Amino acid sequence: MPMKALTGNEAMAEAMRQINPDVVAAYPITPATEVVQLFANFVADGRVDTEFVAVESEHSALSACIGAAAAGGRVMTSTSSQGLALMHEMLYIAAALRLPIVICGINRSLSAPINIHCDHSDTMGSRESGWMHIFAEESQEAYDSIFQAIKIAERAYLPMIVSTDGFIISHCMQRIDMLEDKEVQDFIGECKPHHSLLLTDKPYTVGPLSLQDYYFEHKRQEIEAMMQVAPIIDEVGKEFGDKFGRHYGLFEEYKLDDADNIIMAAGSAAGTAKVAVDEARDKGIKAGLLRIRVMRPFPYKQIQKVLKDKMIISVLDRSDSMSTMGGPLFIETRAALYDTETHPPICDYIYGLGGREIDVENILSVFEKGEIYKKKGVEKKLAFIGVRE
Amino acid sequence: MNKPFEIRWHGRGGQGAKTAALLFGDAAMVTGKYIQAFPEYGPERMGAPVQAFNRLSDERIYIHSGIKNPDIVVVLDETLMKTQPVVKGLGKNGILLVNTKSTPEDIKKSYNLKDIKVYTIDASGISKEAIGKEIPNTPMLGALVRVSKILDFDSFIIDVTNKLKKKFRGREKLVDGNVKSIKRAYKEVL
Repeated sequence: MPMKALTGNEAMAEAMRQINPDVVAAYPITPATEVVQLFANFVADGRVDTEFVAVESEHSALSACIGAAAAGGRVMTSTSSQGLALMHEMLYIAAALRLPIVICGINRSLSAPINIHCDHSDTMGSRESGWMHIFAEESQEAYDSIFQAIKIAERAYLPMIVSTDGFIISHCMQRIDMLEDKEVQDFIGECKPHHSLLLTDKPYTVGPLSLQDYYFEHKRQEIEAMMQVAPIIDEVGKEFGDKFGRHYGLFEEYKLDDADNIIMAAGSAAGTAKVAVDEARDKGIKAGLLRIRVMRPFPYKQIQKVLKDKMIISVLDRSDSMSTMGGPLFIETRAALYDTETHPPICDYIYGLGGREIDVENILSVFEKGEIYKKKGVEKKLAFIGVRE
Repeated sequence: MNKPFEIRWHGRGGQGAKTAALLFGDAAMVTGKYIQAFPEYGPERMGAPVQAFNRLSDERIYIHSGIKNPDIVVVLDETLMKTQPVVKGLGKNGILLVNTKSTPEDIKKSYNLKDIKVYTIDASGISKEAIGKEIPNTPMLGALVRVSKILDFDSFIIDVTNKLKKKFRGREKLVDGNVKSIKRAYKEVL
């Protein structure tokens, strides 16, 4: 396998090149710009067969993707932050039309105040749009996950976002163990859509009006489709692992088995949390990590199983829900645990908004607080890490 | 997991701290190491103090924050020694490599540095002679390879020459000048 030193964005662009999609329609935005720019170079240099559509906005980018996917093409794009927000209307349409589009997402905060750095507000804000979503911890996982996303999306007939943390991962160079172009093509296989607007002998209607009479049935089908997804993600992750040696599932457990003091996180901070787990264990804390990889669908059943007997669960959220109940990862995990008989204590920490750094000491202090909560119970349901008080 | 080997670069916007970190990381990756190379994620302004980081390890690297306890600190601009806490977090037996005309003893005395190893190299002078411009980042790479003792110098030169050829496509003189200054700094570092 070839080995390359690539930034997260370069790794994503390389993955797109190896996939060689039929259509890419995209509009650049920091910190995802490079993905689009590098891919446009591949098109200009004749290294892919892709029809590249340079559009005037992200709304148009996803609109063009929807048209191309409805025509039966394998379709990808890349965006971030305000770009994803501008796509919001079209996100729901892509999902409800059951079009397997894949977005290479780079997580960045939302304005205002204007900020180009990482948090998870953008993709978390899209979590009810019907898109499947993988938070990659780092570039190798992002690279590997994009191939899986193509396969999962085309099997589930739902679109998928694979995202990395803006700058922290997107602009960090690291070693990437790459696949050969042929290995990628063999893994993703040929795109075989059920329907295509271009097949005039098999005509179908896309996006018709459906009012009180049928809208509900259409939506019900979409909900049912999402319910079928988790095993597909597991299957494709296993297939990838068996072929290439790197296995992926709905979430990752790090020293979770015998742990009683748990942190839950997604994205790059989960990597830093692994170092914190080791340091906490050196101090005698039975620390463990559950790293959420798949946020949509939310793997609540599997989470119940591994967390139900833990003594304290501290969730790290890189966005808030503005519900006053905490961040989205916390709210959903807590809801999942409601169905357990044990109701393990759980609390939330909002961290890293607008790119505020989180380090090993920050996370270690959460484990230490967890030790106190284990004895005294949770004193503060919602707290903040690294913010001026 | 073992702690990765960590290098922190201090420079000024435009001096090439990020490029140097990327070149060093790439050269280490070629030898089979897991690496990280990334700049400080702040606003980029010409002349303002900036940092860049390298991590190297034989295992996968999990940590994704800036480097607070480096094994080596590289300073591309001596004036930063006065205004920035460049040696902050540098432990006992840590290495400080400075671009300066002064000797290591002078630097130790001037900045009251104890318990760390100081190396110096006139990277600015070398780059002016070899490239015709003050671009201290590539000569500093030569000095860094020497003092860090992680990479084999000959394979480093081969890799970095390839990378520079790509970066400065068709500008052979610039590539030669950079390679020459790396070799000189490797030899001359004190």
